[in-house]
Amino acid sequence: MKAIVQEITEKYNLQNAVFQRDNMAFVEVEKKFAIDLVTFLKDYHQFSHFVMMSCVDWIEDGQFQLLYLLHNPALKVDIGIKTYLNRTEPVMQSAHHLWKQIWTYQREIKEAFGIDFPGSPNVDENFVLEGWTEIPHMRRDFDTAAYSEKTYFPREGRFTHDPATYMREKLYPNQPVTAKKNTNE
Amino acid sequence: MSNKGLFGFKPDRSNYPEIDKDGKAILDLSSQKYTKLWLGPNHPGVTGNMAVELTISGDEVVEARTHVGYLHRGFEKLIERRLFVQGFPTSIRMCVAEPDTNEYLIAQCTEELSGYADKVPEMAVWLRTLVLELARLQGLLRGVPGQAGTFSLGIGVQWGVYLRDLILDRFEELTGARVYHMYIIPGGVRGLLPAGFKKRLEENLKEIDDFIVRIHQLMFNNSVFKKRSVGVGVIPKEWIDQYGIVGTTARASGVKRDVRKDNPYLVYDQLDFDPPTATDGDIYARTFVRWQELIQTVDLIRQIMAKMPAKGDIRAKMPNVLHWRIPKGETYVRLESGRGEYGMYYVTDGSDKPRRINLRGPSYTHGIALLERMLVNANIADVHAIMVSLQVCPPEIER
Repeated sequence: MKAIVQEITEKYNLQNAVFQRDNMAFVEVEKKFAIDLVTFLKDYHQFSHFVMMSCVDWIEDGQFQLLYLLHNPALKVDIGIKTYLNRTEPVMQSAHHLWKQIWTYQREIKEAFGIDFPGSPNVDENFVLEGWTEIPHMRRDFDTAAYSEKTYFPREGRFTHDPATYMREKLYPNQPVTAKKNTNE
Repeated sequence: MSNKGLFGFKPDRSNYPEIDKDGKAILDLSSQKYTKLWLGPNHPGVTGNMAVELTISGDEVVEARTHVGYLHRGFEKLIERRLFVQGFPTSIRMCVAEPDTNEYLIAQCTEELSGYADKVPEMAVWLRTLVLELARLQGLLRGVPGQAGTFSLGIGVQWGVYLRDLILDRFEELTGARVYHMYIIPGGVRGLLPAGFKKRLEENLKEIDDFIVRIHQLMFNNSVFKKRSVGVGVIPKEWIDQYGIVGTTARASGVKRDVRKDNPYLVYDQLDFDPPTATDGDIYARTFVRWQELIQTVDLIRQIMAKMPAKGDIRAKMPNVLHWRIPKGETYVRLESGRGEYGMYYVTDGSDKPRRINLRGPSYTHGIALLERMLVNANIADVHAIMVSLQVCPPEIER
């Protein structure tokens, strides 16, 4: 595993390779080399099982992070390939030619984050939402609470608890609200 | 119906549907050669609320499209707005069939990223394993006879539902709830086994032993079941990696993959088991592998009950859940659910809430790309049997 990470680090000039566990590493690669690296690991290092594709919105950095998680069934190791896209230009090369389930992930990410994958089958079709007119719902700037208040008006006779306040009252009734902050990091 | 067709009749499909220059079928409904048939979202033959849009010619499917979204409740988004501990009751609802899998994954992710993964007491680790195997058992008790149900052999389903209820009784005794248990929590589990639990569980397992014999006679010695399942819904071995096929579905096609063996977690490396496999890759093989897994799961539960410590701590000391912050990081944790690899990608940013969680359930690939491929050239009478044989669970697709 370390040898593979070392090899791709040199070949693709990777930054920030992190071994989360002995059998799992995350690496960062430039957007233009991402699909090339995924293909290289699939074809030359037998990372034949495509585990998943995911997206994280780092709105404060103005970036979307795409993750391609690959598994090598023989070595029983995983590599997560991360790449970053500018939030203002969310377009990524499609990888649907590599595995037959990838178009589903790309279709979902297009709907949920607004990232386009030109050429990916059915990428413009609705996935779970129908008639959605708001900004993509998994972006950080989509406000779920405001959306619900706007869409689902409150009904008479119903009330709600703020979950954190309610738990504090129930679990730690005698603890002051300004309890010492846990420094777990 | 098998691919041979009813009464040996095999329709000639060589000239239609016509294929356009991009390789896509030309399906002109006005030609009256094709009919649109919607299966679901509310249909007893569909595994949960999802729709399959079929284009049929005669009684043969020429194109299939799956439609999800009927159960989308935005769980992943909601969890981003909640404290770490508040994510637990939300996450378990992402998979109705085996909610405990989500409990374990989210607990393991938060523990790993906050440095508590090796602090979970041994007793709690055994109890987590027990709960996950009981979850597998109740799923199989529904899933194995459920396959027979798709061929109208409904009596097995009734037996299975009764026995599943007995396991839910044990869950209720152990956790206070029947379906959504919230038993696995950060740092351990919520409670020890109640007095007399082991004896009552063993009584249930004896009834299940009897069921295993009877369901074998009902299904695998039944000519209707064999005729409807052998050679139908075949998944070639080459498709396993192409479509991301996992679990018993992959094992029935001869690819031995089981997270419990490949990347052991909890105490699976201390248990003696060998995941069953088959080679034919059809509905019969998948069901038979699951029937064998039913036997194995009962055995695993007995092993766990025999090897588990009699007592011990069940929870590590964890931070105050209302002020729990986890350093920036990310991980992916997987387990072997009753339907295959089930994993969670978890990202933290140093705040008191997760930055992103993303579930990877087997249904995501089995229920869309694979199902759409498998239904082409299937007989409409086999559609629900194929779908059930993939054990598709729509909530984990939509999350």
